[in-house]
Amino acid sequence: MKFFKIITACFLLLFVVSSGLVVGASEGNKEDNFLAAKNDVSDLNSLQRGARNFFNYCAGCHSLKFIRYNQIAQDLALDESQLIQNLIFTQAKAEDPVTTNMLPTDSSRWFGKTPPDLSLITRSRGEDQVYNFLRMFYEDLNSPTGTDNKILPGTSMPNVLWLVQEQSNEKEFDQFTLDIVNFLDYVSEPNQSERKRIGIWVILFLLIFLAFSYGLYKDIWKEVH
Amino acid sequence: MPNNEDQSMFSNTILRWIDDRFPLSSLIREHATDYYASKNFNIWYIFGVLSLVVLVIQLLTGIFLTMSYKPSAKDAFDSVEYIMRSVEWGWLIRYMHSTGSSFFFIVVYLHMFRAMLYGSYKKPRELVWIVGMLIYFCLMAEAFFGYLLPWGNMSYWAAQVIVNLFGAIPYVGETLTEWIRGDYYISDITLNRFFAFHVIAIPLGIIALVFAHILALHHVGSNNPDGIEIKNYKNEQGNPIDGVAFHPYHTSKDLVWITVFLILFFAAVFFAPEMGGYFLEVDNFEPANALQTPEHIVPAWYLTPYYAILRAIPNKLMGVIVLASSVLFFLFLPWLDKCKVKSIRYRGWQYKLALSCFAISFLALGYLGMQPASGIYVVLARFFTVVYFIFFIMMPFYTRFEKTKAVPERVVYKK
Repeated sequence: MKFFKIITACFLLLFVVSSGLVVGASEGNKEDNFLAAKNDVSDLNSLQRGARNFFNYCAGCHSLKFIRYNQIAQDLALDESQLIQNLIFTQAKAEDPVTTNMLPTDSSRWFGKTPPDLSLITRSRGEDQVYNFLRMFYEDLNSPTGTDNKILPGTSMPNVLWLVQEQSNEKEFDQFTLDIVNFLDYVSEPNQSERKRIGIWVILFLLIFLAFSYGLYKDIWKEVH
Repeated sequence: MPNNEDQSMFSNTILRWIDDRFPLSSLIREHATDYYASKNFNIWYIFGVLSLVVLVIQLLTGIFLTMSYKPSAKDAFDSVEYIMRSVEWGWLIRYMHSTGSSFFFIVVYLHMFRAMLYGSYKKPRELVWIVGMLIYFCLMAEAFFGYLLPWGNMSYWAAQVIVNLFGAIPYVGETLTEWIRGDYYISDITLNRFFAFHVIAIPLGIIALVFAHILALHHVGSNNPDGIEIKNYKNEQGNPIDGVAFHPYHTSKDLVWITVFLILFFAAVFFAPEMGGYFLEVDNFEPANALQTPEHIVPAWYLTPYYAILRAIPNKLMGVIVLASSVLFFLFLPWLDKCKVKSIRYRGWQYKLALSCFAISFLALGYLGMQPASGIYVVLARFFTVVYFIFFIMMPFYTRFEKTKAVPERVVYKK
């Protein structure tokens, strides 16, 4: 039995080391200035600022086809007039999904590629990648857009935030982009806060149920010798 | 208000009426209240019941997903997002189903490992084991077909890679892959037929096999951690002294463990449904794109040990043959193992060493299957593939000369 335990221990060790390698591998190969997003989707103010930033700087090219304007308004505690004045810059009605007015044929001619829908971008690329992508544009006069990106070299997206970047200090700009990422994270799964809130009650219920089922088991098994 | 006596008389009348027409009471006796199983079951014995719990979760959530899912290349990806966002509680049902598929494999692998620890595949339980393995094969097919349905980019390319495996078969390979896909590439037609297999063909097979698995088990009786037959010692009523009735004893014990399991399961569903990309892959949040191959194509984590074996072999046809034999070998375990003693508690060092090496190589291959097929990873995958096969091929030799310990007559039970 001792031998078996030693083998089991080795086996657990291997498991821990290998999972360490997995984590280690994904941590490597990053820019010096790379920041973890650590955004908080329950921060309503950040989400509102992110929505404002998104609709002012991103929504001209990028759609969010899996979400509707009025759902954003509802989840971000905005009323209909705020929604129409501040977020809807197209002919869309409040109950419409967030699409762009740019024709895909036009945009692919202008940029070489139709700007992707961003409904799920933080889930497919991760919040950190999107955050640092927005932060890491640099001037490159050989590029057709005049800029290139450290996270996605050769990107066809121009640095649309250059004016914001020029007019604010580094900390303010980081916050500006982080709010966009936070908003996109919310859009990628609008009910994630609700999911976590309900989850706590489900686990609490099961823990109480566990106490009762354990009591039942003990009672039934007390006659077994 | 009728009093208690009236009520029980009334229910007795109903029961008698049913029993005259359907063997309800005798079924309950045979499979629950008079089915005796050893009282010294440890935690390893919970994973059979848990597989059944997950099967029920998958069937129920699957039915509700089918109500809103659209099996077409044009709509599939969007309909999954529709379920996640617009269907009432759709996100919960979808996360339960996606988390359920991973938990299914976790509990089934532990269930299989239990059988290997305590020799549950040995005489007279060979058919219980073989039917169980058939369920496992169906489960892999079910997972494979289901994996395409979200129509994400990883779904698409994983299906492409696995269907292309059949192309390695000489002469008929190419024709066979076209026949499976129904097209020259993975397309709308492929998605439709995979949907049919996933929601009706394979589940029907699984349910039938689960019935056979349980019937065969109840016919021969459950094994126990000591690997001895409790039927050998019976009391005056003819019931095994070391056994307790499935209901209410094992059911009450199972309920405790099922609750523990559900806590872990729902912790994953509510707090980590992606499980860092292992339960829901990041590439699958982008729709299928025939022009854009993901950086590393990998199957879901539960199939990566076999993927590592496949890639460890330089020749494609040989790789497919070795891959197929790596799962088929399990079927012959009852006859490869020559040792008369069932439980690892009383077996010699040879089997303990072999089983430990096998378990380590299975996990290592699972890890290597997720890594790129280059350099040290391939060398390691080849090494562990050899260890994996030595476990089976050398089994008749190392188990024959095992120095076993004395097996007790009665089960060891500490209150």
